[in-house]
Amino acid sequence: MQFLKLVLRNALRHRLRTALTLLGLVVAILSFGLLQTVVDAWYAGAAGAAPTRLVTRNAVSLTFPLPLSYRDRIRAVDGVRAVSHATWFAGIYQDPKNFFPQFAIEPRTYFAMYPEYLVALQEFTTFLRDRKGAVIGRKLAGTYHLNVGDVLPLRGTIYPGTWEFTVRAIYDGIDAKTDTSQMFFHWEYLNETMKKRSRSYADQVGVYLVDVTDIDRVAEVSRAIDVAFKNSLAETLTETERAFQIGFVKQTEALVIAIRIVSYVVIVIILAVMANTMAMTARERLSEYATLKVLGFSPVYIAALIVGESVAIAAIGAVIGIATTFPVSDWFAAKVGTLFPVFKVSGETVILQILCALGVGVASAVVPGRRAATVKIVEGLRAIG
Amino acid sequence: MPIPVSYSIRNLWARKYTTALTAGGMALVVFVFAAVMMLDAGLKKTLVATGHPDNILVTRRSSGTEIQSGVARAQAAIIESQPEIAIGPGGAQMASKEVVVLITQPKRGTGVPTNVTVRGVGAQGLALRPQVRVISGRMFRPGSTEITVGRSIAERFDGTGIGEQLRFGGRHWTVVGVFDAGGSAFDSEVWGDGEQMIQAFRRTAFSSVAARLADPSQFDALKRRLESDPRLTLDVKRERTFYEEQSQVMSNFISYLGLTLSVIFSVGAMIGAMITMYAAVATRTSEIGALRALGFQRRSILVAFLAEALVLGLVGWIVGLAFASAMQLVQISTMNWQSFSELAFRFTLTSEIVGKSLVFALVMGLVGGFLPAVRAARLKIVDALRAA
Repeated sequence: MQFLKLVLRNALRHRLRTALTLLGLVVAILSFGLLQTVVDAWYAGAAGAAPTRLVTRNAVSLTFPLPLSYRDRIRAVDGVRAVSHATWFAGIYQDPKNFFPQFAIEPRTYFAMYPEYLVALQEFTTFLRDRKGAVIGRKLAGTYHLNVGDVLPLRGTIYPGTWEFTVRAIYDGIDAKTDTSQMFFHWEYLNETMKKRSRSYADQVGVYLVDVTDIDRVAEVSRAIDVAFKNSLAETLTETERAFQIGFVKQTEALVIAIRIVSYVVIVIILAVMANTMAMTARERLSEYATLKVLGFSPVYIAALIVGESVAIAAIGAVIGIATTFPVSDWFAAKVGTLFPVFKVSGETVILQILCALGVGVASAVVPGRRAATVKIVEGLRAIG
Repeated sequence: MPIPVSYSIRNLWARKYTTALTAGGMALVVFVFAAVMMLDAGLKKTLVATGHPDNILVTRRSSGTEIQSGVARAQAAIIESQPEIAIGPGGAQMASKEVVVLITQPKRGTGVPTNVTVRGVGAQGLALRPQVRVISGRMFRPGSTEITVGRSIAERFDGTGIGEQLRFGGRHWTVVGVFDAGGSAFDSEVWGDGEQMIQAFRRTAFSSVAARLADPSQFDALKRRLESDPRLTLDVKRERTFYEEQSQVMSNFISYLGLTLSVIFSVGAMIGAMITMYAAVATRTSEIGALRALGFQRRSILVAFLAEALVLGLVGWIVGLAFASAMQLVQISTMNWQSFSELAFRFTLTSEIVGKSLVFALVMGLVGGFLPAVRAARLKIVDALRAA
């Protein structure tokens, strides 16, 4: 009790300096938390992937389609529970920077395979009836203020022309990890329109989504699918949905690594500010520490005083920093809109923030603490801050 | 009578540990600030260097990238025969009908499957891009299944050595050479014969048409004519403009992130400077009193302390920029979100970045040092001299 009182009193001796140090800490803890959340958001697609879902795509690259005829052949592979498909549409809504994923899908099979997308039955039924209907995610609806019944025009990049859709349903995610920034519409509509315009685009789909009966058979089934189409005009590459999503992240790895490095730099910067403060504090009070020694306090106790003060400041900084991370990340998420489909501060991030703060608190007190503990009484009493 | 600058510098020197920590914090901030801008500059430079000022690039209307574009043979023929297109040696039009596709190749070392751009070029394709030079082996022979790879591809991908084969489009393609495209986006591409590729990928249309203008000032006239032609639904752009647009999304993201980080970090660094300077004022109170008693004015004291903070910023700038300029040796390769394909580019230091980071560092020092300096200047002589 006595010890804590001393520590807190010491921390409050230089109100201005402590306040500044705290501010620096808060800023750093906050930015570290934000950066971690950005990295998490990068991997969100992979985190939301189900373990038994496979993605079959053209082996050359994702930009090449697969024939519609593959659907039934994949379904016939032993161990496959269900097959659906999705085609990347890449339309532009008003402006190229309003990016959100749009997929042409086969509604019944697709939504059966993705139970994490919750659609009201009545809305879903109207969507099924309307060939030009679309289902959009709650977040997407919020970003562009779209409601059921609104017209959603898209300018095609892969599929030329202007396409008009009507929002018929809005889906919610089953939890915070679900991406609700996507748009789905009828592949039939896309296909019929393309048949009229250019035959070469007709009866093609982007990727097949395969649900496997049993998690132990995932590897075997994905091999079986690829073998089935070996040496055909469109060879396939089948991998788990998770691997498929990670593939995108991997290709932009350089940026993720850069962001990670920067978040470590943040920690080093706080360390510099904090260590500086503690060094000054200890230097100013050398004569006091010497006095404490004269009174018979052990060197360990004196070192503990300094470490305690440093950790106390760090702890307060961490609390404020973590508390501000949430509103700031919400603001950031609102700013970037649908660029990051899922932007949530995870528990892990908070734990990391706490660990960093405490680590910095301890580390920055090491040198001054050692010095105070080992100072010769005579010298300490002679010292003038 | 101002206080000599050497006084400020000697004061910093007297407390080496603290000075080093503060300047180190600032150096880190300058480093991040400069590095992010260098990344952005490198990306832009690479993509701008890809376009030739006299070239045009024709893609399908609103396709945005060559991968998504399609230009039918008949349309390509119309473009080729426009009067503004330059006539090359031998009387051929300086135009190249190109097929651009993505293939997936594993990266060397990590084995990460990555999207690589494969470009099938026409007979004039090389003449249109004077920056492309073969550095080892030779160029592919027209009409064969030979390919030549860009330098960044040869460095980073499996199976791209001379004599090795890549398999795509149901065929094997033999690598016969490596080319250097002068740090442009072509360095991250694989080149082969256009007609061979269009067959291999069973396409009926080309992706784009690149052409040289005889007179670059005729661009607007040509653009108007082609874009209003009812037989064509195409976008006509200067090649340079087209490639600049390819950098927009990434560039925005990098700048946005960089700005946010720099602002947040600079707050931290300024606080560090403030703490240091306040401590400096506190420890030298009696000194300040003595200076005032000697007749130095409040203003001189203010300037002396500001100078001290500015020197801190300057040291931070020098160290930070030294590290940042070392980053020029680093090449980053990532997927360009817009073209969806691999692009390698370097951190590029420009004089503008040097200037901006200097201003940034000095402002940090100034803001951090301002309040403590004011405090120093406002001390009363008597109180200051009394302070132990």
